[in-house]
Formats: sequence, C-alpha cells, structure tokens
Amino acid sequence: MRRAVSAFDWRLLVRRLPVGVAVGTTVFALVWVLFWAPSTNFGPAIHSPANFLITLLNGLTLAALMFIVASGFSLIFGLMRVVNMAHGSFLLLGGYIAYEVQQSMTNGGGLTVFSSQVNAWDWLVPAIVAAAAIGGIGLVTQQVFLRWNMGQDLRQALITIAISVIIADQVVAHFPLESSIEKGSAVNTSWPGAIDRLVNLHIAGVQYSVARLTMLGLGVAVGIALWLWLYRTKTGMVIRAGVDDRQMTSALGVNIQVTFAIAFVVGASLAALGGAVFTSYAGVNPTTDGQWLLNSLVVVIVGGLGSIFGTVAGALLYALVYNFSISYLPTTGGDCCGQYSPVLTFVLLALVLAFRPQGLFGRPA
Amino acid sequence: MTEAAAHAESAEPILRLRGVGRRFGGLHAVSDVDLDVIPGERRAILGPNGAGKTTLFNVVAGDLPVTSGRIELFGRDVTREPARQRAKLGLARSYQQSRLFLGLSVEDNIFLAIVGVGRGHLRPVVLPRKDAELRARAREAARRAAIDGRLGDVVGALAHGEHRQVALAMALAAEPKLLMLDEPASGLSRGERQLLTELLLALDADITLILIEHDMDIALRVAERVTMMHEGRVIVEGTPAEIRANQLVHDLYLGSHYGSEPEGGASG
Repeated sequence: MRRAVSAFDWRLLVRRLPVGVAVGTTVFALVWVLFWAPSTNFGPAIHSPANFLITLLNGLTLAALMFIVASGFSLIFGLMRVVNMAHGSFLLLGGYIAYEVQQSMTNGGGLTVFSSQVNAWDWLVPAIVAAAAIGGIGLVTQQVFLRWNMGQDLRQALITIAISVIIADQVVAHFPLESSIEKGSAVNTSWPGAIDRLVNLHIAGVQYSVARLTMLGLGVAVGIALWLWLYRTKTGMVIRAGVDDRQMTSALGVNIQVTFAIAFVVGASLAALGGAVFTSYAGVNPTTDGQWLLNSLVVVIVGGLGSIFGTVAGALLYALVYNFSISYLPTTGGDCCGQYSPVLTFVLLALVLAFRPQGLFGRPA
Repeated sequence: MTEAAAHAESAEPILRLRGVGRRFGGLHAVSDVDLDVIPGERRAILGPNGAGKTTLFNVVAGDLPVTSGRIELFGRDVTREPARQRAKLGLARSYQQSRLFLGLSVEDNIFLAIVGVGRGHLRPVVLPRKDAELRARAREAARRAAIDGRLGDVVGALAHGEHRQVALAMALAAEPKLLMLDEPASGLSRGERQLLTELLLALDADITLILIEHDMDIALRVAERVTMMHEGRVIVEGTPAEIRANQLVHDLYLGSHYGSEPEGGASG
C-alpha cells in the first residue's frame, strides 16, 4: 500500500514539475531584481525604482517591436507551414528602403538626418513604402518559389535561405562597407522631431523617450488590427480554418491559394514595418537579418506557432528576459553588461521546449 | 448490363464516371469504374476494406486527381477541375475521419461551409446584414443535424458523435445538389445511428446522396441502389433486395464472418 502511494506522489510531482519550475524561476527572478542584485549597475529595484521602471519600459517597447516582426513570421508559418528563413531579410531590406525614401524626402545626402528636420510624413511615408514594396516582394516570392512545393519543408527552407543570401549580398553591393565610418554599412533613419524627445512620466522622476512609447503604441495597434482581422472578418475566419486543415478548407470551396498569397503579403509587410521601426530605433546593417530571424524564431517557439496570443507572450517574455538580464546581472569590468543576456534568453527557450514543446499557447501537433 | 443501361437512361445523370482509375505506384486503388447516379437518387457504395470506396470519393470530390478516365458532374466535365470548383458546383462531402476546424466554434464551422461556396469569402470588410442572413442559414443547418444546442462551443471540446453531426451540418449547410458521406455512422452509438438514419431518410428529395457505409442496416435502409466494390472495381450493382440475395456479396462480405476462407482469386 505504502509503495503505491509513494509512486502516485512521484507521478504527481513530475506532472507538476513544469509549473514548479516556472513559478520557482519567476519568484527567484523577482526577488533577485527587487531586493538583491549584487554588484550590478543598477542595484536592487527597491533602491532604485527609476532604473527598474526604465528597464521595464525598455523591455516592453522592445517586445512591441518583436511582436510586429514575429507576428508576420507566425502568420506565414501557421497557415502555410512555411518556415520563412528570408523573414529577417525582408526586415533588413524594408529598413534600407525606408532609409532610402527618408533620405530622398529630406535631402539627407547620405548622412543620417537630424530628427528636427523630419516631420511625421517623412517617417510614415518611408515606412509605408517599405511595407508595400516588401509586400510585393513577398507576393512574388510566394507565387514563384513557394507555391509549387507546398508541404516540402526542407526544399522551402533551402529556397528561402537562398533568397536571404541573395538579398544580403545585394544590400552589401548597394551599401558598400567603406562608405561609412565605423559600423560598416549601417544606416539610420530618424524619428520625427515631434516624438524624438523625453517626456516626464511623473513616476519616480523618470524621463522616457516618446519615440519608444510610440513604438509600444504601434505594437499594440498592430496587435489589435491583426486580432480584428483574424477574429472578426471572414478572411480571418478562412485563415484560421486554413491553419486547422488546409485540405478541408479547399473542399468547402475556398480558394486557399489566394488566402496563402494574402497571408504572405501581410506577413512580409509586417517584417518591413518592423524594419522601418528598427532602422530608427537602432539602425540596420547587413547582419541585422540573421539576428531578427533568430529573434522571430525564439518568439514564436516560446509563444507557440501560429497563435497571435502566443506571439504576444513570446515577445514579452523574450524582451523582458533580455533587458532585465542586461541590467540586473553582475557584470565584469570593461566587458560590461550584455554577456549574460544571450545565455538567459536561450535558457528561456530551453525551458519552454523541455516542458511545453508546442510553445506556451501552441496546440500540440 | 441492360438493366443498368435502362436505369441510366431514365434521367440525365448528375454524376457520370467513365473508366475512372486511380493508381498509387503499382497499386490500382480504383480501376475502370463506370458509374451513373441520377438526380435525387440514394446510392450506397459497399465493399470490404481496401475496396477503393474512399479513393473513389476522393477522386470524385477532386481531392485526388484521376490517373485515367473521365468525371462528369452536373453534365460538365470536371476531370481536371480542383476540389473547390466542384464544391462551388454543388458537391459536398464528409470525410471518414471528421475533418473539422477544431479551433473554431460549431457555428463558425458551419458558417464557413456556407461562405466557402458563396462569393466574397475573402472580402476584407464585414457586411453585418448579409452575414446575419448566412449565420441564420448556418443555425438552420445545425438544427437539421440536431447539433443546435452547442452552436457556441469550440468544436475541439465536442464528443466524437457530435463531430459527426457537425460534419453533417456542414455538408447540408452548403445546400449541395450532390451529398457524399463517407461512413457517417462509424464510431456512433446505437442511439446516434438511429438518429442518423432518420436524418438521412428525411433528407430533401432533390438532394442526391452517395453513401459509403459499413453498417449494412443503415446502408440498405437508406439506399435505393447499391454499388458493390471489390479490389478497386465495381462488381455488382442493384437494388438492396438484389444485393441481399447476391451470392457474390455474401461470399465477399459474409464469408469471413462464417469462417469460410475465401480463395486467393476471390475477385474472379
């Protein structure tokens, strides 16, 4: 009898292990950040609430950008099961297109323009042009390279990798490394002057960038728009049906190929919109594509593929872990700050894959 | 043969197959099938497992291309047309394993079956009045399949028998002229089978029904004509009474039940 009871307890423990690990990690991280955080730049949050708030806002705004980019990746994967390895390249090219358009609108002459010379249209038009152009490139990619080999995962992955290599080389060819001084061919666009300033939040005396708060607003707006589209229109319903069962959706009379094309255009445009934002936020250079493909992959694997709420959760977790590990882990001398954040973001990925392989909001395959 | 010819002459067939075949590598899943189904007919397709019944359905619905032969639907050659075009012409089918959208509600599943065959299913804007009308049709179809009690529930949360009812409601909701059901009774309880039989018997007279069914009671009660398949070929066609009396059918279907092992060349 005694043995049976103890075996039962073990199974219960194993079943609850994921919850235990999640709760334990969260509690430890909270205690660490709030009360402990020895030999870090900021010290524990109770001593310096302003730094805590800034780190939190940095995390949230980065999450908004990650959501914009990764939601496009997730949309394409969810419907078509295409792992679009060129997603980062779409972002990269979108960023460069936005840069070119802003340069020509403001006569920048190859130098980053001052934000005081940029009005709202000088930022919005480049972003819209980039999104539209990349939407067109996405449509061509899907129709020419991905339509005839549906379901052949490996072939599609290789084709999209090839496309990303071609795009990266074209970018290097048109923005050669010697043309700028320190960052290779990195380029920046400027936020409009109206939002490129600090605002007093009246909480712990924190001054915070309006541009970054605008980014947060843009991410929320994209999220709401996507939700309305997917859950409140017929197109969205057809797309959700296609995510569940493509063949059955066609059997009902739906032209699933048109649905695929629409989803691919929207997904690619979201990458380009993210690129336009990122070019103002940090600047793009020819290695940005790989970095953002990785970001998108981590976000959708953590959140669960093909789920909009999963993408929100994945982006929040990833960006918060990333930012807090920069600010609240011990640093060593001149090699300051960033060294633990890649480790911790991949610990997050490993934990999710170990305990919930389908992602936080994903359905088991 | 003369009897079959007389049957085919009585009305212009709604579905006509001539020499239809489907090969998977060296396996002839369906070979050289001729079939005529007239409007309003109730036809059952019987045969042991592996006889090619479901492959025949897939070929007719356009889920699989034929490797030989010709398919006419509503007097039109659809041999090369995709599944969605055939659906728009008025063909609806169900699958042996219910293929439903598990993440969507019952009502949305049925609604999709209606908007799929209609126009404007990819229209980006919402037209409330038009949609309300289609929603009403979806609810009516749910009522006919007796699943209207669970309209708002997500299909993934429903029981197996209820999935069958949703699949039937979806097939009915498209207001098809030709309804093809692949083993609608499989996995249903006795009571659910009774309900299904009543639903099928009460079907509109102008809907043509083709049914694959292993439950002989249901098949022979509902069908007016029966096509018997074996190893990809049609071997017998006739009324339920003729099928019941046919020695070949007994050998194929009932042989194993009575323990008499059929010989290697049972199809011959």
